[in-house]
Amino acid sequence: MIAPLADAVEELVRDGDIVALEGFTHLIPHAAGHELIRRNKRDLTLVRMTPDIVYDQLIGMGCARKLVFSWGGNPGVGSLHRFRDAVEHGWPRPLELEEHSHAGMAAAYAAGASNLPFGVLRGYLAGDLPARTRVEPIICPFTGEQLAAVPALRPDVGIVHAQRADRRGNAQLWGILGVQKEVVLASTRSIVTVEEIVDELEPRPGAVVVPSWVIDAVALAPGGAHPSYAHGYYERDNDFYVAWDAISRDREHFREWMQQHVLGVAATAA
Amino acid sequence: MTTNGYSADEMMAVEAARRLDNDTVCFVGIGLPSVAANLARRTHAPDCVLVYESGTIGAKPSSLPLSIGDGELAETADAVVSVPEMFAYWLQGRRIGVGFLGAAQVDRRGNLNSTVIGDYDMPKVRLPGAGGAPEIATSVENVFVMLRHSPRAFVETLDFMTSVGDNVRVVVTDLGILQPRAGELTLVGIHPGVEIDDVSGATGWNLRVAHDVHETVPPTAEELAALRALETRGSAGWQ
Repeated sequence: MIAPLADAVEELVRDGDIVALEGFTHLIPHAAGHELIRRNKRDLTLVRMTPDIVYDQLIGMGCARKLVFSWGGNPGVGSLHRFRDAVEHGWPRPLELEEHSHAGMAAAYAAGASNLPFGVLRGYLAGDLPARTRVEPIICPFTGEQLAAVPALRPDVGIVHAQRADRRGNAQLWGILGVQKEVVLASTRSIVTVEEIVDELEPRPGAVVVPSWVIDAVALAPGGAHPSYAHGYYERDNDFYVAWDAISRDREHFREWMQQHVLGVAATAA
Repeated sequence: MTTNGYSADEMMAVEAARRLDNDTVCFVGIGLPSVAANLARRTHAPDCVLVYESGTIGAKPSSLPLSIGDGELAETADAVVSVPEMFAYWLQGRRIGVGFLGAAQVDRRGNLNSTVIGDYDMPKVRLPGAGGAPEIATSVENVFVMLRHSPRAFVETLDFMTSVGDNVRVVVTDLGILQPRAGELTLVGIHPGVEIDDVSGATGWNLRVAHDVHETVPPTAEELAALRALETRGSAGWQ
């Protein structure tokens, strides 16, 4: 249950898997993303509503075959240069895209967690996106209204970061919760990295507990969300988000940085 | 560009902020919309409710957040909800009256592109994509668009239609104000020091001009002071 991150990633993520790392600005599982890169996982279909720096790194290191997403940028800063290079120039390899709106992707995760084949929303009503994504019109059997059906997201592996877990592997998280619970419940296998492991989880208002019996591995990764943040532990490193623009703009500079800061270092906790 | 002690971007932010009322519930995106909404809360609309798509309802940040999910938004919010709940119960549930959208391109109908410049399969520039825009555009009554004016942004034909313009009530730019008249964005206001020809020249279609174009009231000292007191966390400025 509680395992070193390297072992959890090695055992639970296979080449070619559909892998979702979630965390909506908050609690982004960067340490786990770095471990996927160190373990040289290939041909992944990466799923994430807001692919930001962690997916820029995975894409730039050639781990991804396909990206399923709804907004791909560096929030408040600008472009994701590695993502753009992959889409615009096929470097380091072509990247197939399946793009959604936030509302559509959130509904697809909720459907996956609910063990339903599709989610339903009043969306994708017009514009060019419906032709570029997996959505079908559906008629409400009660009112006759036309709505949109989106196929459930069912990743092979869901990975999230949480503030803490107890020794049995129950994970507790609070603050902005994004789709953390949905991705764990929608996925066949799941990994939760945590800031700390405690004897007892004290109840907290507004906190969510994801019980150990829906998680395959809990791994200790203090600071594992950085440059994202863990509410109550450390703040978002906005300066790093700004600095990433220059680090990622140039292919060689990016690779040197990854060599020095990711490939050349071991996981933060054993 | 600075004229009369304020920049065109500051004029745009102030003019957008003025359109929010004290009882507005507003879906806020990052960047210029967040600047405008936070400015409104610090000036004439202290009770304006700011909703960020990260799930923070009634956020009251002390400084401008860099992202839609900065920790201070959750700490100061009336409620924090999950992302599926935000989009299903609150946005689709039509609990939010105003939505701000930005984009790379707008057409004369107020349709927006934030997906791609060039061909979708062989893009010249791959943009971030839809995010919340398609459903914001159809689920709130009043869509306010903020965009810097240029022929590359105000185009005859969008490269990709990310969201539809049916609910766009106003487009606030660094040059003036456009509003739909008989379904077509029409110039109704110009900022001080701007000529109508400047706006037409920065618009990629044959811009319709209202017969009663007014001049925007320049930022007041109070508005400017409040705007400049807003500083982004981290080192990125909003301009």
